[in-house]
Amino acid sequence: MKVQSKYLGEVEVSDDRIIHFESGLPAFEDKKQFVILPFGDEAPFFILQSIDEVEIAFVIVNPFDFFNEYQVKLPDSTIEMLEIEKEEDVAIFAMLTVQEPFANTTANLQAPVVINAKKQKGKQVVLSDSGYKTKHQLMPVTASSSQEGR
Amino acid sequence: MLVLTRKLKESIQIGDDIEIKIVAIDGDQIKIGIDAPKHVDIHRKEVYLAIQEENSEAANTTVDALQQLLQGSDPFKGQNR
Repeated sequence: MKVQSKYLGEVEVSDDRIIHFESGLPAFEDKKQFVILPFGDEAPFFILQSIDEVEIAFVIVNPFDFFNEYQVKLPDSTIEMLEIEKEEDVAIFAMLTVQEPFANTTANLQAPVVINAKKQKGKQVVLSDSGYKTKHQLMPVTASSSQEGR
Repeated sequence: MLVLTRKLKESIQIGDDIEIKIVAIDGDQIKIGIDAPKHVDIHRKEVYLAIQEENSEAANTTVDALQQLLQGSDPFKGQNR
């Protein structure tokens, strides 16, 4: 099927790549169908695009690429809801809040997007009591070293 | 909003499968136990609001900002990933 995407224009997506979010996403509870599109050639970025509304799209990354220590403990209710049987079927993404300059961009580690790739089911899981926040600086802070020392 | 008065250990039943129980009271802190089906998400209100707010902000990224990101040099260049 053809999908209108916010960042990539019209893209062709096969039906089996559509991911169903039974309860939508917080603030977008009525959006139940999304597709994940690669963004850029080698960039570590993906787009989580709503099928129903072109303007609803999120930039997502594999959080483990950026936060080595990141851990997600899925609640039993999520495992049941997404019909997760094996760990390797699960993909986890973090949503970015893109800022300018890009160095100020943050990742939402408190609410990862969890996908059971086998069943094409997804959910944004709110991790309570995890210590993670909605805004974690994506770029490691390299102090102001580039401006000093000349 | 329906307001009910409950004592310690007393419960409220919502529908046929949700029970909310006052488990402990300590000064201005009240511990509440909730029994609900697994498909019902339960969150502290302020946490859910924060996630909603963050999602709204995340969805606000402009096409321009992303294009710059794509065209600009790899922002992670030189990093060991």
